[in-house]
Amino acid sequence: MIAALATVAAASMAMAKGKYDVGASDTEIKMGHFNPYSGPVSAWGTVGKLQTAFYRMINEQGGINGRKITFITYDDAYSPPKAVEQTRRLMERDQVLGLFNPMGTASNLAIQKYMNNMKAPQIFVSSGAVAFGNPKDYPWTMGWLNYASEGRVYARYLLQNKPDAKVALFFQNDDFGKGFVAGFREALGDKAKTMIVGEASYEISEPTIDSQIVKLKASGADVLFNMSSPKFAAQAIRKLTDLNWKPLHFLTSSSAQIGSTLGPAGLENSKGIISTNYYKDSTDPRWKDDPAMKNWNAFMDKYYPEGDKSDTTNVYAYLVSETIVQVLKQAGHDLTRENIMKQAANLKQFSTPLLLPGVTITTSETDFFPIEQLQLIQFNGRTWDFIGGVIDGSAK
Amino acid sequence: MAIERVSAILFLLAAIAAPMLLSGFFIFQVTMLLVYAIAIMGLNLLTGFNGQFSLGHSAFYAIGAYAAAILMDKFGIGYLWTLPLAGLICFAVGFLFGFPALRLEGTYLALATFGLAVATPQILKLTPLEHWTGGVQGVFVAKPNAAMGLPLTADQWLYYLTLSVFILLYILARNLIGSRTGRALLAIRENPIAAQSMGINVSLYKTLTFGVSAAYTGVAGALGAIVIQFVAPDSFGFMLSVTFLVGLVVGGIAWLPGALIGAAFILFVPNFAEEISKGLSGAAYGVIMILLMYVMPSGAGGIVQSALRAVRAR
Repeated sequence: MIAALATVAAASMAMAKGKYDVGASDTEIKMGHFNPYSGPVSAWGTVGKLQTAFYRMINEQGGINGRKITFITYDDAYSPPKAVEQTRRLMERDQVLGLFNPMGTASNLAIQKYMNNMKAPQIFVSSGAVAFGNPKDYPWTMGWLNYASEGRVYARYLLQNKPDAKVALFFQNDDFGKGFVAGFREALGDKAKTMIVGEASYEISEPTIDSQIVKLKASGADVLFNMSSPKFAAQAIRKLTDLNWKPLHFLTSSSAQIGSTLGPAGLENSKGIISTNYYKDSTDPRWKDDPAMKNWNAFMDKYYPEGDKSDTTNVYAYLVSETIVQVLKQAGHDLTRENIMKQAANLKQFSTPLLLPGVTITTSETDFFPIEQLQLIQFNGRTWDFIGGVIDGSAK
Repeated sequence: MAIERVSAILFLLAAIAAPMLLSGFFIFQVTMLLVYAIAIMGLNLLTGFNGQFSLGHSAFYAIGAYAAAILMDKFGIGYLWTLPLAGLICFAVGFLFGFPALRLEGTYLALATFGLAVATPQILKLTPLEHWTGGVQGVFVAKPNAAMGLPLTADQWLYYLTLSVFILLYILARNLIGSRTGRALLAIRENPIAAQSMGINVSLYKTLTFGVSAAYTGVAGALGAIVIQFVAPDSFGFMLSVTFLVGLVVGGIAWLPGALIGAAFILFVPNFAEEISKGLSGAAYGVIMILLMYVMPSGAGGIVQSALRAVRAR
């Protein structure tokens, strides 16, 4: 009897003590992060600053399962060699549990092998590259969203609503543009051959893309899938107006920004453009009285007052932090690197109120992209309207 | 002379012992320090000793790095062989670039080389070259393990390899500068017309210096690629050229050991600046640089040399 009691007691003590790898203990979870705080794209450093503020809030609220979060974030200046240095500093000197939401395609590619050799999590990578959702070769690296699934969303919308569409593809000739094309083609399947009537690409070094748009118009397409970066997207919108060509116009979400693309192209010219989103836009008056947005505003005022509320990057960063906290909560007292990966790959229809209604986060052992459900939105000359329901862009 | 010899021996002992005392991360950092020191030494030969400005050394560094990565990745050449090959390729590129550069002096040359630095990352991204360069995605490089079964970790091995290359290139540079050729370089820097009238072939020496300088930086780039295990166009932006220039000036112009001090500065001070303030790390770095230039206008080299003079004068 006493022996049995002792066993139970020992078991419960073991429970309370938990299982740990480097970077976690009874009182602390140490997380690593890098993004550019200096250099040409230092504006994205707001992600790390917001997350620092977010974890301060979590700690004030008592931490996660009784453990405080230590969030260590460094500057990689968007340079891959610096990212390698900072990653090694985090892993070997600061002894963090893993890297959470590190930013940049090239920087993350540079550390991918190292992290997988170390068998430490590199999760929710801030990049759209398809390379970060490859659990077979890189089981310790997990992406966040990717270009291919956005491509699939447009394709599935067409198959449902405009199956006789004649599509012209206009894309940047690199992994960015090609990522969308691959997803789009894959989701169209056999119909890709008949539906895609024209293709044109451009190099970032080209001064103008007018001839490509003229060529695509001549293909007789009635849908244009525009996979270009903001400067070229604005040029394309203007050229469409000049040519008086009015196809159904899909524009990738990374370029569908009023400030950098639609404004320069002319808001009137941009009317009718369709894009995607998955979280609530802090500048959209629609969410003015939304409880989640109010909550976010209160957080910004209290913990990150120097942050820019009209910069939706700050909504994104908040959302990712919430998802990270969910993973840590699910991990419970088993804070090993293996269990962190296991739980990151075990998000089942996780939802936070900042996601658009109907969008949920799901991952599995074979699906390393949390964000694959997207809402189609259409520009009305001033703001974005929702069209239809949420579409799932995961590979099938 | 005695002081220099003693400090060289002390440096050597410390450098050889270092990996036994430091953790993997610090060994990695010191390895990168030596890599940057080689690049700065290359820039010093050109700018410090020959008086030709360059804002384009990130391009030579990139060419060296890509040469090493592509030779390993596509041709299966051993990493040790890529070092001299990268050096040769960069020598050729630098030598050829030296010809048009002959017509340019001072700020004009700086502008021309600046063009080289700005163009290189974009050229590396071009689609026709993608089969070789991997485009935006870059090229992975496998990390070499210690050769001949030496009981060293991969980090320690790379450190000793880099250290050997550094010492070799340092001795070569030192001998070059002490030779007739070195005096010719200095003469050209001080007064090209006088140098020419003394029978020095100014254009030949200038272009050769460009080649040698590029070769040094190219070898550094190749070593950097092996240590980082990854090359991508974004690694070699124009800022890298400026960083080398900062290292050169902080270390001391026309003073070879200054490369180590300059490299330490460009490696550690940005991290230190970041600790002062995340949001203002760039500003903090700038302020440190201004203060430093105010305190030691001729870099670490100037201070050390005047200290040496003071000691000798006694």
